[in-house]
Amino acid sequence: MHLAISLHDAVDLIPDGASVMLSGFMGVGVPDGIVHALAEAGKKDLTLISNDTARDTSGPGPLFAAHCVKKLICSHMGLNTIVQAQYASGELEVELVPQGTLVERIRAAGVGLGGILTPTGVGTLVAEGKQIIEVDGKEYLLELPLSADFALIAARSCDYVGNLSYMLTATNFNPIMALAGRTVICEPEEIVPVGVIPPDAVKTPGVLVDHVIRSTT
Amino acid sequence: MDPKALIARRVAQEIEPNTLVNLGIGIPTLVSDYLDEDMGVFFQAENGAVGMGHRPPEGMSDRHLTDAGGRFVSFVPGASTIDSAFSFGLIRGGHLDLTVLGALQVDEAGHLANWTIPGQYTPGMGGAMDLVTGAKKVIVAMQHRAKGEAKILRECTLPLTSQRRVDLIVTELGVFKPEDDGLHLIERAPNVTLEMILAMTEARLIHAADVPEMHVGC
Repeated sequence: MHLAISLHDAVDLIPDGASVMLSGFMGVGVPDGIVHALAEAGKKDLTLISNDTARDTSGPGPLFAAHCVKKLICSHMGLNTIVQAQYASGELEVELVPQGTLVERIRAAGVGLGGILTPTGVGTLVAEGKQIIEVDGKEYLLELPLSADFALIAARSCDYVGNLSYMLTATNFNPIMALAGRTVICEPEEIVPVGVIPPDAVKTPGVLVDHVIRSTT
Repeated sequence: MDPKALIARRVAQEIEPNTLVNLGIGIPTLVSDYLDEDMGVFFQAENGAVGMGHRPPEGMSDRHLTDAGGRFVSFVPGASTIDSAFSFGLIRGGHLDLTVLGALQVDEAGHLANWTIPGQYTPGMGGAMDLVTGAKKVIVAMQHRAKGEAKILRECTLPLTSQRRVDLIVTELGVFKPEDDGLHLIERAPNVTLEMILAMTEARLIHAADVPEMHVGC
C-alpha cells in the first residue's frame, strides 16, 4: 500500500484483537486522530501498550471510554478514572511495568535483543515469576522483549519518504515504538518535501514507517 | 509556614550546584521555587527533558513541552530533549544526582512504597521504581501523616517501590535519615517538639537528647 493512506484506511488495517503500541506521555505526542477514529469504529479486544493512560478524554482515554481495550500494558494509570473503574471491575486486564523497563522491553524487540537485564524491580512485586541473573555480584531482572502488531506514533514533521522529526517532549516513546511495531503507522502534524527535515534532524528514518496518515488540507 | 513550603525549602538545601535533579509530582515539584537559578542545576523529567524551567508566561505554553505530570513548562538556556529510552538511561545509568519523590509509606529500613494501595487504588509506578533504584541520591518529601495515619512505619505494609534504602526523609515535622542501625531523627521543624514527632511516628527513632532545629532561612 502507498505510504500515505486515509485515516479511514488506517483504522481498517487494525483488526479486533490486535496488539497496538500507542506512543505519548500524559497525552503529549499521541496520534490523537487515530485514537479517536479507532474508538469511533468500536474496535474490540485490543491489547494496548502505552506508557500511561493520561486522563479520561486525553491520550488513549477515548479507547477506554469506548471499551476497545481488553488488556493494558503500561507504567501509570492513576489519573484516568475510566481505566481505574474498568480495572476494579475486572473488565480490563492490566500489566504494570516500570517505565524504564517498558521502554527498554520495546526497544529490545525493535533492535533484535532477546531481553534486557535491569536492576529496577528486584525485591518488589515486579520481580515475581521473573528470572534473576547475577552479573558481577549484582542482581538484575531478565525482562523480555515487547513487540506489537501495530505501532501508532505521532511526529511533528514527516517528509515524502516517511522520515520523521519530533518536537520537544512530544518525542518520548515515538522513536522507540517506531522500531517495534510490525506495522508502523504515523500521524504527523505536517507533511513536507524531502530535504526540509535535515538528515541530522531525522530521528526516525522513513524505512521504518509503513503508513502515514494522509494530509487532509 | 505552609507545611508543603517548609518541606520544599528544606529539601532545596540538599541540592548541590551543577547537578542533574529529578523532581516528582506534588510537594517535590515545589522544590525548584526555592533554588537560585544561577546554581547550574538542570532538572530532568522522565518524559524526556533536561533543563526544565518554570511555567511559561500566560498564553505562551506549547503543547509539545510539558513536565512528567503533563503540565506546561518552559526550558532554561542549555536545555535538551531526549527520547524515553535515553531518559531512563540517564536515570538507571547513574547520571542522575538526585531524585525527590513523594511517598505513601516509608519505614525504618528506609524502604519506600508509593505506587499501589492494593484493592483500593493502583496508579502504577510510572518512573518511580527506576528513579529510586538508579538515582545517586533519593530524598522522600512528604507530609508526615495522611488522614491521621502515620506514614513513617516500622515496616511498610504496602508493596515496595525498590529494595534500595532512601537517603533522607523530609516532612513538615522533621528530617529523618535511615542508617544501618535504624532511622535517625536528625532535625525537628521550628515550633515542633521531640514529643510531638515521637507521638506522630510509628517507626522507632534514634535521636539525640536535644534534636537540633531545622533551619529553613525564613
